Amino acid sequence: MTIANEAMDEAPKVETGIRLTEQQLRARRSRSIAIALALGAFVVVIFLVTLVKLGGNVLTRPM
Amino acid sequence: MSVTLARIEPSIAGVGDYIELMKPRVMSLVVFTAFVGLSIAPGHVHPVIAATALLCIAVGAGAAGALNMWYDADIDACMARTAGRPIPQGRVTPGEAAGFGLTLAAFAIVTLGLLVNWVAASLLAFTIAFYVVIYTMWLKRSTPQNIVIGGAAGALPPIIGWAAVTGGVAVEPIVLFLIIFFWTPPHFWALSLYRAEDYARAGIPMLPVVAGEAETRRQIVRYTLILAPLGVAPWLLGYAGVFYGIASIATGAAMIALALRVRAERQGYAASKQMFAFSILYLFLLFAALLADRLWGGLAAQAVSHFAA
Repeated sequence: MTIANEAMDEAPKVETGIRLTEQQLRARRSRSIAIALALGAFVVVIFLVTLVKLGGNVLTRPM
Repeated sequence: MSVTLARIEPSIAGVGDYIELMKPRVMSLVVFTAFVGLSIAPGHVHPVIAATALLCIAVGAGAAGALNMWYDADIDACMARTAGRPIPQGRVTPGEAAGFGLTLAAFAIVTLGLLVNWVAASLLAFTIAFYVVIYTMWLKRSTPQNIVIGGAAGALPPIIGWAAVTGGVAVEPIVLFLIIFFWTPPHFWALSLYRAEDYARAGIPMLPVVAGEAETRRQIVRYTLILAPLGVAPWLLGYAGVFYGIASIATGAAMIALALRVRAERQGYAASKQMFAFSILYLFLLFAALLADRLWGGLAAQAVSHFAA
């Protein structure tokens, strides 16, 4: 390992990009949970409507 | 050419802000009137399909509310009643609200079309477009007839509910449409009487701002005199029973009495505030009576057929 590489390893890491505040993190988390719940509800709706519309015919498939 | 890129701050919008964008109180009235339209429709619809239709109508109403708040953010900031909304407060950016509204609208319309039927979905799409484009973007800022014509959007949900069951439109839901249509002006003009300064500051040509208080009070009486008989029409046309008939006559008479008090009012706005509050109760009672009448009629018919068998 060269001296130059050692020097680079020891240099403090500079974080780039956006650092979220506590409030922004909390808001993002609550939004993520709400989106997950909405998607889950959407899947349940599609599942129930499929059962209602197809009923027992869901097993009837052309061979 | 130089391009300036705006720094985009990470969002601080919480779930509550997005719920507020959907105008939950308006949404509840929309869902209720759509439910009544759905309940009085002839024929049978599976409860899951009915619930799906109501969910789509609710989401569609929320989408229209969000798009309205996106477009009206500038005037909302000028009025005390609306200055606390998420966009004027800076909790939600206009872009977030627009994206939210458009996404919800697309989901609600497509889901209603695929899972229920496309007549109901088309009516929902028309309602959202009418509310956002015709009312919010055009009429609201240009004519004192804004809420008269724009009221059609709020009056359509019973027709959508009916169409969700039957796949079509008939006289019965059109009468419900007319009731809400003629209810909207006295309801909003009663509010605008004591919020006229707000509307004037925001540059919205509401009737009291443009034509004065006296003319607004006269118009409230005129529209209420059309509304009250219309409220009785479902009974007169034979698709509601005596219970509804009595309820609609009593509440209609109360509306007329309040409208006359509003016209006679010379100082303060006590009667206008009463009229605004009671008008909400009036519409709720009218539709609840229709629902109760139908449920009671259905139960009675079932009992008769049971004992006859």
